[in-house]
Amino acid sequence: MTDFDGKRWHDMGGDTAGPVRPSEHDFALWEKRVDALMVLCSTKGLFTVDGLRRAIEDMGPDVFENTTYYDRWIASINQNLIEAGTYTLGELGAKMDAVAKRGATYGEAASE
Amino acid sequence: MSDPTFVRVKTMMPPGHIRTPAYLRGKTGWIERKLGPFGNPEQQAYGLPGDLLTLYRVRFTMAEVWGDQAERPQDTLDAEIYEHWLEPV
Repeated sequence: MTDFDGKRWHDMGGDTAGPVRPSEHDFALWEKRVDALMVLCSTKGLFTVDGLRRAIEDMGPDVFENTTYYDRWIASINQNLIEAGTYTLGELGAKMDAVAKRGATYGEAASE
Repeated sequence: MSDPTFVRVKTMMPPGHIRTPAYLRGKTGWIERKLGPFGNPEQQAYGLPGDLLTLYRVRFTMAEVWGDQAERPQDTLDAEIYEHWLEPV
């Protein structure tokens, strides 16, 4: 037997927590691109914000502690696009290799 | 103005993507307004077409939600909840 009441880790409303500490920060270029990618995916009807949230919720509390907001977004976008059949993992792997070969900087990566 | 329609949030806890917050389950509030039909996120989250369901804005008192711990018991909280999560009181 377990005393688990069925409430999942992400459903945090009412949990004990410290004060809210607001902070300002700018977004990196890759983070803006991830945000834009989500807009494109939902506009094209590939998946919805519900799918985005579902995959993040399924990552569990450890991932929530150890990754950033847009780390989780890009992982979830990929998960949803794989499920939607937009591309295969083989196609993704080949593309990642091809992009990596261009170089490590934005300028080099954008050269093709 | 007509009497408010009171509703209770169902206490069920199925696993999966659910927009109804756990802290409101079993709590009673009243319909603040009907927001209209929207696709069921519990289906759309899995790449399925969502059945069109009525979404309601439901108002709760802080006393109802947090009990004796409410700092301002008369303040209210609004939550948008789909029809299949609400039962008549």
